[in-house]
Amino acid sequence: MSRRAGGQTLALRPAAVVRGWSSVAGPMEGAGPLGERFDEVTPDDRLGERSVERAERRYMRRAVDLLLEKTGVEAGDVDVFLAGDLLDQLVTSSFTARELGLPYVGMYGACATSALLLGTGAALVSAGLVRRVIVATASHHLAAERQYRFPVELGVQRAPTAQWTATGGAAFLLEADGDGPRLTHFTLGRVQDMGLKDPGNMGGAMAPAAAHTLTAHFADSGRAPGDYDLILTGDLARVGHPLARKVLEEDGIELGERFEDAGILLYREDQDVHAGGSGTACSALVTAATLLPDLGAGRLRRALMVATGSLHSPTTYQQGESIPVIAHAVALEAAGHGK
Amino acid sequence: MERARFQYLARRAEPPKPLLSNVVRAFVAGGLISAVGQVVLGFFVGRGMSPEKAVSPTAVVMVFLGSLFTALGLYDRLAKWAGMGAALPITGFANSMVAPAMEFRTEGLVAGVGARIFQVAGPVLLYGLGSSFVVGMLVWIGLLLRYR
Amino acid sequence: MGSETALILAFLVGGALCALAQVLADVSRLSPAHVMVLFVVLGVAAGAVGVYEPLVKLAGAGASIPLTGFGYALAHGVEKEVRAEGVLGALSGSLKATGAGIKAAVVFAAVAALVARPRA
Repeated sequence: MSRRAGGQTLALRPAAVVRGWSSVAGPMEGAGPLGERFDEVTPDDRLGERSVERAERRYMRRAVDLLLEKTGVEAGDVDVFLAGDLLDQLVTSSFTARELGLPYVGMYGACATSALLLGTGAALVSAGLVRRVIVATASHHLAAERQYRFPVELGVQRAPTAQWTATGGAAFLLEADGDGPRLTHFTLGRVQDMGLKDPGNMGGAMAPAAAHTLTAHFADSGRAPGDYDLILTGDLARVGHPLARKVLEEDGIELGERFEDAGILLYREDQDVHAGGSGTACSALVTAATLLPDLGAGRLRRALMVATGSLHSPTTYQQGESIPVIAHAVALEAAGHGK
Repeated sequence: MERARFQYLARRAEPPKPLLSNVVRAFVAGGLISAVGQVVLGFFVGRGMSPEKAVSPTAVVMVFLGSLFTALGLYDRLAKWAGMGAALPITGFANSMVAPAMEFRTEGLVAGVGARIFQVAGPVLLYGLGSSFVVGMLVWIGLLLRYR
Repeated sequence: MGSETALILAFLVGGALCALAQVLADVSRLSPAHVMVLFVVLGVAAGAVGVYEPLVKLAGAGASIPLTGFGYALAHGVEKEVRAEGVLGALSGSLKATGAGIKAAVVFAAVAALVARPRA
């Protein structure tokens, strides 16, 4: 049974098991520091498709197929497919669900989608409502650019605070029992807004959401930063991540060396991604390529993944509204840990 | 944390734009593109056109060059380096129409290319044509008053 | 004026206008679109009060290639047409002066859309 431990955290009893994961990265992500650790890296990011939206769907579909291959699970034995992406009306998720034919819920949490999906899927499994859930997300740099910003060939100079939407897809299989890292806590974010308006600095805008959710997680769970080997934010990048650390420090929470960010880990500094990575695939790729394998192999005992999302749209930005932001966190631990 | 305190920290956390190198690059790139324009202009003047008449064909040649480099996927790279040095010359105006036309080809020739071609250039045309209309009316009123 | 001098003047004036736009874009937080609009209107205004024409005479393409030159051409075209044709010139003059450039951009954009694909 799951119970509400406090303000905004679900402590999952029993914990859900992350039985499998898969990652399919684009060429730029594959050329980054984690290149060796993805299941697959595509040689180009068009994948021979006639539109970048179709290419984005291919990343999600490939990640799901790969997950089924790796775990030996038949698609027909999956109870629910939870998916989310960045494109209008969640077309990537819904069109993939159309192909898979599974009972489907599309969820939007901007770049916080990965943790939202993992936490929701784990809660369904932990509550005994379903046996087996697949969660998946994908994003594509070219698809995000044309929807949120400019045509890619337009000559614009990006600010040093700008971030690069990751191209790739990742999928995760959640079950009630079995082998694999355990998902023990799901801290749902509350929407924050500190009045920042620049969509060219999303890391800065999202920093208070990460800080707020982390603070709530520690208070709700009774845990301290020292209980984790790794606390991984989703895509705060080189501007937002130190800012979140500073905000937490001023509130008396020291995170130390264990505090890292997927948006910083995904690319090398010389890959010209400005402040770092972003997009729903950013935190999902890093989680599937390093965090979960490290838990599975016992290199990490316990990790907290805090995905951060910026909930504005091009319309609200043009209408002068500030940027609402959110962060969701999932606590994961190695199979034998805590027993 | 207080909103004002956070906004202060957020401002401080922003890496400054490299203003000096940005300006130098804009100057060099904008200057070079203008110099190329001058060579083209000189070509037309050399063939007997008045400098005023030669402006129009020069613009066409420069628009062609801007379009070509955009289609080859090079103009956005130049602009990343040169900023306004690539955006402000008429080659940048061409880029601002070619880029969305290429981008939205996947949405069709009418709803995509047709509807989006002026997505970026539209504001420039609106305010350029609009303000020059005002100028025209002022000139006309001036002429009326003089001849009364 | 020698052609080398003309080339250097075009470089200096064209470069200076772009540098000015860059300062504005970086310091003011205006979007590139706002800077472009501002410069075309500045060009129209400078053309209307007669201060841009000497710059075009001096720097040639250095003044006519940047967007301010487009604004100047719009204003100059309107003024000429109003003097020749009356009030209708306020509507017809600007496109007469700049139509070749605009239409060239339309044609090349359409061709590019057919033959080229955006890369990254």
